[in-house]
Amino acid sequence: MSGNDKHQHHSGYGTYIIVWLALLAFTSITVTIAGVNLGRYTLFIALLIAAVKSGLVINIFMHIKFEEKIFKAFIALSGFTLIIIFLLTFFDYIYR
Amino acid sequence: MSDHQEAAVHHVHRDDLGAKMGMWLFLFTEVLLFGGMFLVYAVYRYQYPDQFHFAAMELNTTVGTLNTIILLTSSLTVALSIDALQKGNKFLSMMMLVITILFAVMFMVNKYFEWSTKFSHGIYPGSPELLNKPNGQILFFGLYYIMTGLHGLHVLIGMAVLFFMLVFIAKDKVTPDNYVKLENSGLYWHLVDLIWIFLFPLFYLIQ
Amino acid sequence: MPDAVAGNNFYHQSTNKHTGILSWLLTTDHKRIGLMYLVSILTFFLVGVIIGVLLRLELLAPGRTIMSAQTYNSFFTLHGVIMIFLFIIPGLPAIFGNFFLPIQIGARDVAFPRLNLLSYYIYVIGAILALVSLFLPGGPVDTGWTFYIPYSIRSTTNVSLTIFAAFVLGFSSILTGINFVTTTHRLRAPGMTFFKMPLFVWATYATAWIQIIATPVVAITILLVMMERAFGVGIFDPALGGDPILFQHMFWIYSHPAVYIMILPAMGVVSEIIPTFSRRTIFGYRAIAMSSLAIAFVGYLVWAHHMFTSGMSDTARWIFSLLTFIVALPSGVKIFNWVATMYKGSIDPQAPFLWVMNFIFLFSIGGLTGLVLGSLATDIHVHDTYFVVAHFHYTMFGGTGTIFFAALHYWFPKMFGKMYNKKFANIAVAIYFIGFNMLYFPKFIMGYMGMPRRYYDFLPQFTPYQKISTIGSWILAGTIFFIVGYLIHALIKGKKATSNPWGGVTLEWHIPSPPPMENFHTIPTITHEPYDFSQLKEMKNE
Repeated sequence: MSGNDKHQHHSGYGTYIIVWLALLAFTSITVTIAGVNLGRYTLFIALLIAAVKSGLVINIFMHIKFEEKIFKAFIALSGFTLIIIFLLTFFDYIYR
Repeated sequence: MSDHQEAAVHHVHRDDLGAKMGMWLFLFTEVLLFGGMFLVYAVYRYQYPDQFHFAAMELNTTVGTLNTIILLTSSLTVALSIDALQKGNKFLSMMMLVITILFAVMFMVNKYFEWSTKFSHGIYPGSPELLNKPNGQILFFGLYYIMTGLHGLHVLIGMAVLFFMLVFIAKDKVTPDNYVKLENSGLYWHLVDLIWIFLFPLFYLIQ
Repeated sequence: MPDAVAGNNFYHQSTNKHTGILSWLLTTDHKRIGLMYLVSILTFFLVGVIIGVLLRLELLAPGRTIMSAQTYNSFFTLHGVIMIFLFIIPGLPAIFGNFFLPIQIGARDVAFPRLNLLSYYIYVIGAILALVSLFLPGGPVDTGWTFYIPYSIRSTTNVSLTIFAAFVLGFSSILTGINFVTTTHRLRAPGMTFFKMPLFVWATYATAWIQIIATPVVAITILLVMMERAFGVGIFDPALGGDPILFQHMFWIYSHPAVYIMILPAMGVVSEIIPTFSRRTIFGYRAIAMSSLAIAFVGYLVWAHHMFTSGMSDTARWIFSLLTFIVALPSGVKIFNWVATMYKGSIDPQAPFLWVMNFIFLFSIGGLTGLVLGSLATDIHVHDTYFVVAHFHYTMFGGTGTIFFAALHYWFPKMFGKMYNKKFANIAVAIYFIGFNMLYFPKFIMGYMGMPRRYYDFLPQFTPYQKISTIGSWILAGTIFFIVGYLIHALIKGKKATSNPWGGVTLEWHIPSPPPMENFHTIPTITHEPYDFSQLKEMKNE
């Protein structure tokens, strides 16, 4: 199994620039919203926006959207494990 | 069948997908490394919400936002660099890499000013000024220095890696037909950006 | 078709660009790297054994016997650090994974051979750092291998250097994990689908994932403790608002999955040895393969069972207790399937098989006593007593350690082309069993009676049990040195081994003993199931 697996898909300069503009837009949203008092939802919204930005970087800049399924499975697996670790740890702190 | 070719001991095995897979696996270790730190942050923010809020006022949101924009743009330029090389445009590819590295330098310069400002206010790990503050604030700044410090270290490493790619492209060791090293370097750089995407709201946008 | 005329192409003889010692030190061949790991790891294991014997000597009688309390603390710390970070965690993957993973999938090497060599040197550097920390001012670490806060930030011994050594060793583990996952995905021979891979490969693959995902968490924990000691940052220090229990969480988030790094490859080896010596295909191949993945995953969910008495919330405690009982299930699946494999098989009770019998007994005791520890009410009484010490020695030593010997005895003829004295081997297995149980079983009793662990001194009522345990340590240590002795003797003067002395059918038994540098003259195309013993007739013609 050797050789260069040529990707059929190149994103193209245009796509990258559009994604970049979207990232800037989300950044300005998250900065603006920080000034608004959202009470209990502040952290959640900030993390949600960060997650959307990450999704764009991972899928387009890092090309995952166009890669083999196995990469997506790996990312899902690792991400899921990290989230469970957070969850289980908080079972301690929330209920102390 | 290339069996006899494969039997030659010095067969140089090229597997771009494998190289990319290995790189992603390495990135997972970085995610878990910073993930552990985010866990510590999460626990202490949960325990000291008001102190975190208070301590965060010491940070400059404008500089943080500027740094965010810098890193996001540097992600763009490194992606453009790879695309340029794929399309055979060696000069544009190298140009984009140079710009990426310059952005990284700008980020580190900003960071330097941020840190030195705080130092001059007497806020650094172990300082008497800091130790006088409530525990929650001590923890906040401890986390701030360690997390942005570790992130900054990764920016420096990324700069070095990108610089090596620049040299490789110049010397035609990374070419439009053989650019997985550049792709992998780009992946590393995007990770550095990703970490900052989470660091930014957690430290600069607690209002 | 392995060629008998490979001549000087045996991996340990052929030289490429370099000659002499450089051809080993700069090799990128997975087999040579596996051997270098074997020499280093075995050496550190023996050092750890000697420290263990010294600890047991001190415990022969109450009060001071041969060393001061401070020395005793440093010794048990060292014993733990060496055994865990220098022997058990790297052991099976670095030695046998390196040597046999590529061969068992029909590949010529791992995906990243140069990274593999780097892993080895990182291991060596980590080991040297750990050794150096013994002699620098400040003295050897006395915190126990678990480095709990707050003592680890207050102790004046060389904590930072020792934990940095562990950090470095972690890198070696991570790089090995990255190499093995990529190798398994990318370098399987034509026809070898995932479900035609030998179970040792499945086990090594699952282990590699744990190495990748879990190790960074202890890496950051170590960095934080170093920062704390150097700069007083206030991450875990309770005086500055930190939470010592958070350290324990982060420490065990790695260190529990680490025990699965230890046991999964061992279970993989068992899944190799049992079919070969029962001359029959494994029962429940898919179940065993999937159970390796299940153990790897569920293993991430149970870490806080090390922390039941630490001050965690009650909710956390019962959740982790429940998860701990669940993780025992996939292991049970394996044991059931192994026994079912042997049923109506044609048993050939040679040394590797006898070692596996040792394993099944010893590991089962370890596993069952784990249930006592996993259950909240009983754990309150036995936590931090000798009961725990006995439990983890039965699982880690009786489990992984025993399989280390099993794997050595199984694959020795393949790796070295020589056969050892089988009578000695049989004697060793038997005496090992006696010595092991003499050394560790009394610890269950002592723990139940209330003897705390890591204590330098003890009350007179424990003396008879301590004496038995110490005598057991001499028998066990003696057996281990005996084994190393006859194996080294076999290296020098042993009879030549055939390519398939045991009648195995996985790919390593199709090639010469020892293997040629490139493993296969021609990369095979796989058509058989991994444990299809009808191949034996065809193989006689190879």
